[in-house]
Amino acid sequence: MALQRSDVEKIAHLARLGLNEGELPRFTDALNSILGLVDQMQAVDTSGIEPLAHPLEATQRLRPDQVTESNQRDRYQAVAPSTENGLYLVPKVID
Amino acid sequence: MHQLTLAEIARGLADKSFSSEELTGALLSRIKQLDPQLNSFITVTQAQALDQARAADARRASGETGALLGAPIAHKDLFCTNGVRTSCGSKMLDSFTAPYDATVVAKLAEAGMVTLGKTNMDEFAMGSANESSHYGAVKNPWNLEHVPGGSSGGSAAAVAARLLPATTGTDTGGSIRQPAAFTNLTGLKPTYGRVSRWGMIAYASSLDQGGPLARTAEDCALLLQGMAGFDAKDSTSVDEPVPDFSANLNASLQGLRIGLPKEYFGAGLDPRIADLVQASVKELEKLGAVVKEISLPNMQHAIPAYYVIAPAEASSNLSRFDGVRFGHRCEDPKDLTDLYKRSRGEGFGAEVQRRIMVGTYALSAGYYDAYYVKAQQIRRLIKNDFMAAFADVDVILGPTTPNPAWKLGAKSSDPVAAYLEDVYTITANLAGLPGLSMPAGFVDGLPVGVQLLAPYFQEGRLLNIAHRYQQVTDWHTRAPNGF
Amino acid sequence: MQWEVVIGLEIHTQLATQSKIFSGSATTFGSEPNTQASLVDLGMPGVLPVLNQEAVRMACMFGLAIDAEIGPRNVFARKNYFYPDLPKGYQISQMDLPIVGKGHLDIALEDGTIKRIGVTRAHLEEDAGKSLHEDFNGATGIDLNRAGTPLLEIVSEPDMRSAKEAVAYVKAIHALVRYLGICDGNMAEGSLRCDCNVSIRPKGQTEFGTRCEIKNVNSFRFIERAINSEIQRQIDLIEDGGKVVQETRLYDPNKDETRSMRSKEEANDYRYFPDPDLLPVVIEPGFLDSVRAALPELPPQKVERFQSQYGLSAYDANVLASSREQADYFEQVVKIGGDAKLAANWVMVELGSLLNKLGVEIDQSPVSAEYLGGMLLRIRDNTISGKIAKTVFEAMAAGEGDADSIIESRGLKQVTDTGAIDKMLDEMLAANAEQVEQYRAADEAKRGKMFGFFVGQAMKASKGKANPGQVNQLLKAKLEG
Repeated sequence: MALQRSDVEKIAHLARLGLNEGELPRFTDALNSILGLVDQMQAVDTSGIEPLAHPLEATQRLRPDQVTESNQRDRYQAVAPSTENGLYLVPKVID
Repeated sequence: MHQLTLAEIARGLADKSFSSEELTGALLSRIKQLDPQLNSFITVTQAQALDQARAADARRASGETGALLGAPIAHKDLFCTNGVRTSCGSKMLDSFTAPYDATVVAKLAEAGMVTLGKTNMDEFAMGSANESSHYGAVKNPWNLEHVPGGSSGGSAAAVAARLLPATTGTDTGGSIRQPAAFTNLTGLKPTYGRVSRWGMIAYASSLDQGGPLARTAEDCALLLQGMAGFDAKDSTSVDEPVPDFSANLNASLQGLRIGLPKEYFGAGLDPRIADLVQASVKELEKLGAVVKEISLPNMQHAIPAYYVIAPAEASSNLSRFDGVRFGHRCEDPKDLTDLYKRSRGEGFGAEVQRRIMVGTYALSAGYYDAYYVKAQQIRRLIKNDFMAAFADVDVILGPTTPNPAWKLGAKSSDPVAAYLEDVYTITANLAGLPGLSMPAGFVDGLPVGVQLLAPYFQEGRLLNIAHRYQQVTDWHTRAPNGF
Repeated sequence: MQWEVVIGLEIHTQLATQSKIFSGSATTFGSEPNTQASLVDLGMPGVLPVLNQEAVRMACMFGLAIDAEIGPRNVFARKNYFYPDLPKGYQISQMDLPIVGKGHLDIALEDGTIKRIGVTRAHLEEDAGKSLHEDFNGATGIDLNRAGTPLLEIVSEPDMRSAKEAVAYVKAIHALVRYLGICDGNMAEGSLRCDCNVSIRPKGQTEFGTRCEIKNVNSFRFIERAINSEIQRQIDLIEDGGKVVQETRLYDPNKDETRSMRSKEEANDYRYFPDPDLLPVVIEPGFLDSVRAALPELPPQKVERFQSQYGLSAYDANVLASSREQADYFEQVVKIGGDAKLAANWVMVELGSLLNKLGVEIDQSPVSAEYLGGMLLRIRDNTISGKIAKTVFEAMAAGEGDADSIIESRGLKQVTDTGAIDKMLDEMLAANAEQVEQYRAADEAKRGKMFGFFVGQAMKASKGKANPGQVNQLLKAKLEG
C-alpha cells in the first residue's frame, strides 16, 4: 500500500516539516521505496517474540534527589535565536 | 611527523623527541595544506589546539605522564565541544556553539589530548557516504572521486590522509566500521553502553555508540581507553569495569574459535572482497585460530528492522530542533506552525527529512505495531542468533562491506541502494555487540575491511586479534598516494 | 428528560522533590524566568535524562496509600508533539506500564455517606514550561523553569456523579498527597491541577455520553463551577437537538462558562514509544517494603482513631483529619488542654473562622497549638469562662502573648468568691426591683425568659468575670426566695 501525496503531507505536518511543493513527487517516491524495503519485515514470523528495546536489557539507575545545577541562563541563551527579558520568544501562542 | 601512530607519538612525547606544541603545529599546517582536497574538517580549532598543546607540555614538564597526554585528536562534529561550533553536519546547527562538553570530549581533554578540530560527517549521522553533509561531501584519500564512507567520513578521511593519527567517530549502523573499511583504517564500535552518549548528539539512541578510528588496533586500544567508562549522566551507560585494552594485545590466538556466518558470503558480496576475507582467515589460522561455519539466519531482516527503529528514534530525537532555543530559525515566521515548518524544512537536508518522515510514519497511530513493534521483535531474533552463535565460537568474522567505496554521487539518487551497503554492520548495532573493522587488502586500489564481532564487553578480544593480525600483515601500513 | 452526570478526573500533582525528575535543576516556584532551566531541561542537543529516585519513591507512596498495585517493571515513553513550552518536542511520560496501577479512594459525601472512587492509574511524567502571553511585540515568551518538574498524574475512573462529588474527590486527593508529604498542594501555584472529563447520559442508560475535557482548573471552587456550567451547556445543547462534540475546553471564571480550546482543535497523534534514553524502572520488593514502613498515618485511619480515642463524632473527626496540619494541631491542643471535645470545638469554630478571616492556612496560624491548649486549661480550671475565653483568644491572635499573661494583664480572672458574687447580685437585684416583682408574679413558662435578663445584668455588672455557674445558682435561690 503505497503512500499518496496526501499521506506524505499529513506525515510532514505531524513532523512539522515544511516540504518543498515541487519536491513532493520525488519525496513520495523515495519514501515509498524505503517503505518497500521496510515492508520485507512483514514476511518474518515474530509471533510470541518479546520486542527488544535495548540490547543489554539493563534496568534504570536512579539519581539521588539533589540540586546540582546553577543558573546558566546567559550562557544557554547565547545560542538562542530570539530572547527578551530572559524569555525565549516565539510567534504568538493562542490557547 | 604525520606518519606517526598514536603509540609512536606517546613514546616520542615521553622521551621528549618532540613536544606536543611542535607536533600540533606540524599537523595543523598539514591540515591547512591538504584538507581542502578532502573536506574532512568542518572546523579547525587552531588557536585553541596550540593552547592545549602548550598546556599538555606543561603538565608533562611537571611530571605528569599518560599515553594520551599531548597527543592530537579530532572529534566527529556531533560531540558537543564547549565554546566550539558543533554542527552535526547540518545547516540546522551551523550557528550552534555548544555550551558544554560531551563526556568523551571532557575525558580525552582531561587525559591531555589536543583537539585539532571537528570532523565532517553525514548530516545528523544519517548516511554511509558522507555526502549528506551541509558542508559538502568528503573525498576518499585513496581515490578522490570516491566516497570515504559514512557517517564518520571526515574522521576516517582525516586519519587515512595522515592529517592526524586518530579521531573519534560514532556508529549507529556501521558509521565507524564502514568508513574505516573504505579508507584502510582500524575502527571499533564498542559494546552499547561502554562509551557515554552524554553530549553526543543523538541519531538513534538505542543504537548509537561512540568509538575510535585509527590506523592500528594498538592505537584504537589507546584511544578507547580514554573514551570508555561508566557515566552517571547517561542512563544507558553500563557500570562495568573498563579493562586495560592494551594489556592483552599480544595474547596468543591459539585455539581461538572464529565463526564465519554463511549468510555473509552469499549473493551481493563482491567476490574479490570474499577472496580477501578468506586470505585474512588464512592468516589468523596460521596464528592458531580454528574456523567454523556458522549461521545467523535472521541477518537479512536486519536492514528493514533498522530502517524502522533508527528513523523512529531519530524522528523523535530531532524534534527538539524547532528554531526556539538554538539552531536555525526561519526569517519572519508568521505563526508557530510556520516557525516550525520552515525552520525544520530549511534546516534539515533531504536524507534527514526522509528519515524523520519514515520514523514519524512508523510511530503513527495504526502503524506502530506493524512497524515499530515488529522491528523490535526482529531485533530480538537477531540478538538471539548471536547468542546462539557465541555459544560455539569466540568471535565472528566476515566482510565489513559487500563492495568497496563507490563513486561520489553513485548512490545519491537512490537512498535504498546505499542502505543495502550496511548489511554486514547493522546487526551489531541492533544487538549492541562490539565490532571492529581492520584493513585486509585492496580492490581496484580501494581498501577492503574485515569485520570482527565479539560478545558483550569483549572489545579487548577484538583488539587482540586485530593487533596480532597487524603484526603479520602490512595492509594497515599502506598510505594513499599524495598523503 | 432526567440526566445523569458522569465525571472522571485527571489530577496533576507536582511532586515535592528538591530537583527535577530528569535533571539536577531546582524546582523552586517563582524564580526569574529560565534561571532553573538546565541543559537537560532545555533539551539541548546531546543531553540525556537520568531519573530522580525521590520521584519514584513518592509515586510508590501514593500507590500504597490508595491500595494500588505498584508496577514492578514500569516504562517511560515519549509523547511526541510540538509546543513551545515542550523543549524536546516530546514529553517523557508513561503509557502502557505506569508505576501505579488500579487503586481507590473513599470520599465522604455531605449526607454523611462514604463513596468509593476508583483510581485507574497514576503515572510519572515531566511538567512542561510556561507560555507567557504578555505582549512582546506580538510574540509569546517561554519560561522553562517549570519544565521537568516531576508530576504524578492521577487518573480516576468515571465514578463521580456530580460536581460536589468531584470536588470531594479532589479534596481527598489533595489531603492525601499532603499527608504523604509528596506535594505541597498549592493550587494557586499550580502544584495541583485538575482536568475534568464531563459527560451526561439519560438516567438509566449504561453507555457513556460524549465527553468534554475541561483543562487545568486550579481551585476547588472553580472545579465545581466549571463542571456545573459544562453540565448545563451539554444539557442545553442536547435538549436543543444538538450533539456534544468530544473536545478540550477551557473554563473562564469571569464569564462562568467553558469555551473550546483553539490550540487543541486538531486531533493529535502522539506517537508514543518507549524512551530509548531510559531503561525500564524495576521496583524491588525490598524498596517497596521500606516505603510502606515509612508511610505516615493516612486520613481514613486517622478519622477512625479520632472517633475511638477522643470520642469525636464522625463529622468532627473527618473535618479535623482533612489536613495533616490541622490534625496535628488538634492533637497538640488536646495534649496540652486535655479535653478533646472542647479542643475540637475551638479548632473547628473559633480558630477556623479566624484563619478564614485572615485567609491563611493552619500552619501560619497566629495562635499556636500550645497557646490554644494553654487557654483551654484555664477554661477547664474555671479561671476563665467560655465567654471570656473568646476575648483571650482574640488577644492571643493579636499577639498579646499566651493565655495566662493576657488573663493577668487584662484582669480577666473569673470571680468565684461566693461572697463577692452574692453582694454583686444583691446590688443588681435592688437596682431592678420592678423586674424582680414581675418575675415573682409570673408563671413558670414566662420565668425562664425573664431569668435570662437577670443573668445578663449580673454578667454585665461583673464585666463577664463572674462564674456563670455560680451566678445561676445564687440568682435562682435569691429570686425564688
